[in-house]
Parts: sequence; structure tokens; C-alpha cells
Amino acid sequence: MPITDNLKRLIKWYEAVLEHPHKTEIARELRAEDDLFLLMLYSEMLGIPNPAYYYTLELYPYMIEEFHDWHLRMGMEKSPLSGIRCC
Amino acid sequence: MRALAHIMKMKELEDLNAIALAAIGLFIFALGYRFYSKFVAEKIFRLDPNYVTPAHKYKDGVDFVPTNKFILWGHHFTSVAGAAPILGPAIAVYWGWLPAVLWVVLGTVFAAGVHDFGTLVLSVRNKGQSVGTLAHRLIGQRGKVLFLFIILILVLMVNAVFAWVIANLFISFPASVVPVFIQIPLAVWIGFAVYKKNIKMLVPSLIALAIMYGAAIFSSQYEFLQIDLVRYMGGEDAAGLFGLGAISTAFFIWIIVLMVYVYIASTLPVWKLLQPRDFINSHQLIVGLGILYLGLLFTNPEITAPMTNPGTDVSWFPLLFITIACGAISGFHGLVSSGTSSKQLDKETDARFVGYLGAIGEGVLALISIIAVITLFPDREAFLATYSSFAASSGSGLGSFILGASQLASGLMIPAAVASTIVSVIVVSFAATTLDTSVRLMRYIISELGVEYKIPALEKKHVATTIAVVASAALVLIPEGPNGFGSGGFLLWPLFGTANQLLAGISLLLVSIWLRKLGRNYMITIIPMIFLMFMTLWAMVQQVFLQWAWYAAAPNMLLFVFGAIIFVFALWIIITAIQVLVSKNNTGDLGDEKIE
Repeated sequence: MPITDNLKRLIKWYEAVLEHPHKTEIARELRAEDDLFLLMLYSEMLGIPNPAYYYTLELYPYMIEEFHDWHLRMGMEKSPLSGIRCC
Repeated sequence: MRALAHIMKMKELEDLNAIALAAIGLFIFALGYRFYSKFVAEKIFRLDPNYVTPAHKYKDGVDFVPTNKFILWGHHFTSVAGAAPILGPAIAVYWGWLPAVLWVVLGTVFAAGVHDFGTLVLSVRNKGQSVGTLAHRLIGQRGKVLFLFIILILVLMVNAVFAWVIANLFISFPASVVPVFIQIPLAVWIGFAVYKKNIKMLVPSLIALAIMYGAAIFSSQYEFLQIDLVRYMGGEDAAGLFGLGAISTAFFIWIIVLMVYVYIASTLPVWKLLQPRDFINSHQLIVGLGILYLGLLFTNPEITAPMTNPGTDVSWFPLLFITIACGAISGFHGLVSSGTSSKQLDKETDARFVGYLGAIGEGVLALISIIAVITLFPDREAFLATYSSFAASSGSGLGSFILGASQLASGLMIPAAVASTIVSVIVVSFAATTLDTSVRLMRYIISELGVEYKIPALEKKHVATTIAVVASAALVLIPEGPNGFGSGGFLLWPLFGTANQLLAGISLLLVSIWLRKLGRNYMITIIPMIFLMFMTLWAMVQQVFLQWAWYAAAPNMLLFVFGAIIFVFALWIIITAIQVLVSKNNTGDLGDEKIE
């Protein structure tokens, strides 16, 4: 039935419109948590003692990919760490 | 077809009926979208389907997300539509329906559409940056401060006006209080259900809407559910608190309650209250538009208001153009276009659909708002009795809209008492969400000014919110209206319109400068800009210097001071515009990023 199909599409569109800002907000909260997590991982490099630093080194290859966006979000135009020269 | 047949039979424009008027308005909107926006998109902006939009280039899954154009339009429209395109037109019909309809229809097609569309494209071509940042880049630090102060004045006016709107409706329609307050716990519940339990939001928000409207039906029927402060104090003539009359006291109490609410609401994370309220409000927007347009079709009402009102105490020219801001052109849309929508545009060619059609959506709301008021009264005399002066129209415009809307709803077999409660709940919900957003925005601006002028205390959330709330409460309580202390909030409406138009003026100026830099024809944006600025300045001179100044007939220092500040800003914008446009080598720092 084309009418039912159209109605279904309409409801789907409407639901997507409602969900759209919500998804953004959830992603923003998750990113804020991630940013804090990254700060904790880098804490040793920033001069804050971190007993787990040795283990977090294993995460280095993953962290380095996100490092550039992270320092930009934190309000630092250039990389604050001499060890990581992303820009 | 019925509308067409009616138009063919008409001898004079005054014979027009409401359905035909709506049909003509919608037809012009359709023409505007089909032809004018196509012309602007192809010949002026030269949109390119292969352009890599910021949503793709800076994709981060949060702010920059390529989004389907239909979904983005839905989000854009629900963000810009609120109580303002209802209130402005409901006041402006004072000058007769023709000037209001013409300004809404032509303003939407030639000014608002181009403005919303233009700011969206400009932002897309400049890394998705907001109009504020672009003003900074173009005009420098001066531009940034100018922009911040205009937005600060705008949000302050919004806070005061909308607080007045809600308090006024709570006093006029006491049955709406319970459903409106029920919305708060329901929204918090939806927020938690969706955020913590990951439940889809459509069903809970529909349940919340059903509970609210259920409450509206009950409170319309049973008097004990109507929170009528004036009645509790013994009627309109009774004495209230602190030596004030009953109505003044009711205004005072509602404003305080609202300010406490808005303080809490605007300091909460958005997902807890603001966003779930928006889900419910999206349903309400659809319900409202549905009730009004279907009601119009079923009731087929006569237009009883005059086409033009010759016996007005204030001339329509130029005040009409600031009385209807949202619904004809609104600077606030530029903030949405360049703030969020531009970061999520999938293809550059979608900008026409999202930006231009978003403005048309608001025009459609403003049009039905006019029709609801001009079909309400039994005859011309009844209309003129209510709309007896500009001040009277400003005070009773919204109430007339609600009664007119409930009359249209009667065509859908909804009892008038229930319909008026539901419509006032819709308007209050829109106004409350606007109030929440606006206080939040004011808090951010105060914090930013704290950073700018090195006052660290202003950067603190609660300090900034306290300043925002106290300033707004003071502003709404000071003007004295016909119902005494606190009831004169509507006097601020023209100032709200002015601040909004100034913001639109800056945005149109930025788009013009960008077009000039590209060597394109910038008449499509500079003409609406000059028109807007001219009307705003003229209206300001009339009101501020001839009406409110200490030497004038009705001096009002508060309005005079605010008006004078806005007047100076308007002049500042015009001087800046002339400087930038006249100078040969000043191409600003606005970019047009190359296709990659």
C-alpha cells in the first residue's frame, strides 16, 4: 500500500528530525568524557604524576591519531608536547 | 479550487475570504521558492554540488555531521519557529490585514529567504563559522564587540518580552498553568529515559504530549485546576501584596516564578530539560499548524478585520517593519543558519532547501497567525474596539490570536475552552523554550564579555546567570502597562524587533560584502539590508526621540535609554557598511574556499 509506505516514511523522517539534535548532544558528552580520558593518559607528559603511565604507553599509537584534534579542542593552536609534532 | 473560484468572483480586494488569502500567500511562497530562490542559488550564489562542505571536510561526528537535507530542514525549521512569528503579526494587524500580509509574504520571499539562505551559504564557504566570527574577521575587534552587544540587547529583550508573554497568558488563561508545569517533569523523565535507558524518543514524547493535552482538557473543565492568582486574591479590583493591585501582584508572582524556573533550567545540561522540551514542542508545532490550517479549511471564516485601518494613532510606516520581525525577516535565523545548520549541510546545493524553505516555514506560521486574528471578531466594529490603539493591540494581540485560533479549531469539533487552553499551552511552551535558550545565550555572552574585559567573576556560570536573570526580571517589571506594575512588557516589543532587524542587517551586510568580493551582483542582499536599516532607523527616531524622550509627550526613560543605545548601534552598522562597501581594496577576510 503506497499510502502506508508514505506514512511510514513520514514517521521515519519525523523521528530522524527529533533524534538529530539528541545524537549531537550525546556525541558531545561522549567526546567530553573522551577528552578528559585523554588528558589523564597524557598527564605524565604534562607534569602530573601518573602511576599507570607505563601501561598507557601501549595506547600511544591510538592516542597519537586523535592528539591533533584534542589539542585544538583544548584551545591549543600548536601541539603542546615536543614529543608529538602533529602540526 | 474553492479559493480560486472565490478569487474569480471577487469585485474588490476587501471581498477576499480567509481561505483565498491563505491560498494566495502560500502560492506566492511557492513561487518564491520555485523561481526566486532558484535564481539566487544558480546565478548569484552559484552553488556547486561538488563543493566539499564543512560537514565533510571537518567531519567530527559531533558538530560537523553530513545530514540529509530533509532532516536538516526539519531541525532548522523547529529551531527557528517559536512564539515570535505569532506575536508580531497578531499585533501588526492593528493597521489592517493588508500591510501585515504583504510584509510577511514579500518579506519572507525577498528578505528572510535570502537572509537565511545567504548566511547559510556564507558560513559553508567559510569553514562553517558563525556570523559573529565572520563579523570579527571582516570588521575586526570592533565588529566582534558590536555583534556581542547587539546579541546581548536582543536576548535581554527576548527574556523580558517572553517572560511578560507567559505571565500574561497565565493570568488570561489560568487553565494553561497546570499543563505547562506538567511539561517540566515529563521532559525531565524523557531526558532520562532517552539518555540513560536509550529508549527511542518518539513514543515517550508523544505520551508526554497526550498527558499534557489530557491535563489541558481537565483544567479547562474544572475550575479547581485553574491556577488563577487574580481570583485567589479576590478579583481584579482587590488589593494584592505590597500595596499593589491584584493583577500587578499576579504579574509580579509569575515573573518571579518564571525567573526562578529559568535560572534552574538554563544552568542544567541541555539533554535534561531543554532538549526533551524541544521534542514535545516539535509535536506541538505540528499540532498547532495542523489545527490552524485544517480549522481554516473546515470553518471557511470571513475576514472581519478591515483591510487597512485609517484611524490609527501610530502610523504603520515604518513601525510595521519592526513590529513583525520573525515571520518577515529575523536576524536570529542567521545565528541558527551559521551556527549549526551550516556545519551539517551534506551538499552545498541543499542550502536552498534548508535555508530558503526554513524561512518560508516561518512565513507560513506568521500568515496563519494573521488569519486567526482577522477572522476572530464578529464584525469590523468589534475588531476596532479591541484594536483601538497601538498600545491596546500590543497588550491584547496574543490573547486575540489564541481566541482566533480556538475559533478555527472549532471547525475540527474541538470545544472552544479546550482549544484556547491547548493553543495557550503551545504558545507558552514555545515562549518558555525561547526564554530558556535566550537566558543560556545571555549567560554565554556575559561570560565572553568577562573574558574580553578581564573580569574573571563574570566567567562563572552562576554569576553570569544571576546577572542575566536579575537584569531580565528588572526590565520586564519596570514598564507600567494598562494592568499596572509589570504588565507593560509589551512596550519592549518594538525594541526586540529593532534589535532583531539590526542583527539581520549585519548578516545581510556580510553576505553582500562576500558577494562583492566575488564580483557577483549583491543587490539581492544589499537592497533588503538598506530597506531594513532605513525602516529601523526611521522607526527609532520616531519612537525614541519623538515619543519616549524626556521632552516628548509620553516620556519613558527606560525605553529612551535602550532605544538610544540601539539607535547608536544601527548608525554604527550603517557607517561600517558604507566604509567597507565604498573602499576599493577592502575585500575583508571573507573567504571562498576552493573546491578540493
